[in-house]
Amino acid sequence: MSTKSVQRSTQLNLFGPSPEPMTVGQVTRYVKSLLDGDYVLQDLWAEGEVSNFRVVASGHAYFTLKDDQASLRCVMWRSDVRRQALLPQDGQSVLAHGRISVYEVAGTYQFYVDRVQLAGVGRLHLEFEALKQRLFKEGLFDAVRKRSLPPFPIRLGVVTSPTAAALRDILNVLARRYSLVQVVLSPTLVQGDQAPAQIAAAIQALNEHTDVDAIIVARGGGSLEELWAFNDERVARAIVDSRVPVISGVGHEVDFTIADFAADVRAPTPSAAAELAVPDQAELQAIVHAHSVRLAGALHRRVTERRQSLGYLGQNLKRCSPVGRIRTLRQRVDELAQAGDVCLRHFLTLRREQLNGLASRLATLSPFATLERGYAIVRRADTGHVVTSVRQVSVGEPVAVRVRDGEFGATVGQTAAEKEVKDE
Amino acid sequence: MSEKEIEELTFEAAFQELEETVQRLEGGELTLDEAIALFERGQVLVRLCDGKLEGAELRVKQLMPDADGGYHTVPFQMEA
Repeated sequence: MSTKSVQRSTQLNLFGPSPEPMTVGQVTRYVKSLLDGDYVLQDLWAEGEVSNFRVVASGHAYFTLKDDQASLRCVMWRSDVRRQALLPQDGQSVLAHGRISVYEVAGTYQFYVDRVQLAGVGRLHLEFEALKQRLFKEGLFDAVRKRSLPPFPIRLGVVTSPTAAALRDILNVLARRYSLVQVVLSPTLVQGDQAPAQIAAAIQALNEHTDVDAIIVARGGGSLEELWAFNDERVARAIVDSRVPVISGVGHEVDFTIADFAADVRAPTPSAAAELAVPDQAELQAIVHAHSVRLAGALHRRVTERRQSLGYLGQNLKRCSPVGRIRTLRQRVDELAQAGDVCLRHFLTLRREQLNGLASRLATLSPFATLERGYAIVRRADTGHVVTSVRQVSVGEPVAVRVRDGEFGATVGQTAAEKEVKDE
Repeated sequence: MSEKEIEELTFEAAFQELEETVQRLEGGELTLDEAIALFERGQVLVRLCDGKLEGAELRVKQLMPDADGGYHTVPFQMEA
């Protein structure tokens, strides 16, 4: 605003004599305002040869850019010097970016450089090597810093361009290989001047605002210049500072970027990064099925073992059972009974024989035996008593007379002691 | 553990527990009751793991900056 009003008033003054002189400071400020208002000079790339390059105690760098026609005084502030992967050296041909303004004290105009790149062939390679060396020395690529990837990530961050083929490749691989995973895309430019800062911010955003378990940083194949954003220190530091492991998949197999060195795992391509990031679903399924079979087998084995021991126990139990004893005792009883039987029979036989002997002896002693020889037995008819004395009967009394083959009745006729027996 | 709690297991947790269950059932002293309980638990885990692997469909979200410097996520669909 003020610049415009100054311009207008001074333009008017160009057409007439100046009414009053300007101070040196006013002139200088006026020139400065002219330069500062020029958009070409405020965003300038200039190419030239470096001479008299020096970094002073304050950390700022001073040098001159020149070609065969002119020279340009250059300043690079400390903060920009620090960001520089590679500081220029005298005699080098460089591309410098910055703005032109006036250093009022000296009354000179200067090139305020914020970035210097080597010009010409090999420039990028030299810068790459220099940055790699510097970060390597700082320990950013140390193996001990590398974290292992989670075996079963739940959420996976992907830092890449939302419209790139690389993203499609990654999503295809993830869907085929492990569709369980949830993807959080953190979109970014992947080439151009703004890409490094965006890539770094995209990694940071995933770390700060999501709970991803790992991050893929990817870009499809391209020229060295197209991949250049991944050779930026800011990207490397964002990867190293990431809370979760980072897998890089930039370009093709042959392309190595600073991001690859900084990453916890380097994959040759975006698809390969996706492959490394997740386990294989088909393999897992096979393992789960194998586990299922092992479970059934193990249970079966245990049950079989139990059944076997149960069988042994049963046999042991049977061996201890009283049934056996009972059976033995019963047998003994049978034996005894049999023995008893034999004894009894023997005893009976013996007795029978004894009895027979006695019977025959009895038979010889039987009074009836004498009847055979003509004797008779007389008994009273009324009482049946055997009459052995005359005094036992009276005359006229009936008696029964037993003879060898029968009995007949008789009557007592006469009695006399001794010789007075009637007959017989 | 109830069916609901099991449902909420992550695949990783279920898979790990399944491996441990198989190992315990294959070795070590166990009562028959314990063995059967482990087997049943293992079967539930197998079903869970299988189900998660079978049913999964890749979900993709995109991180979007908020006006206040924060971020939110919106579903992302790759342009055909």
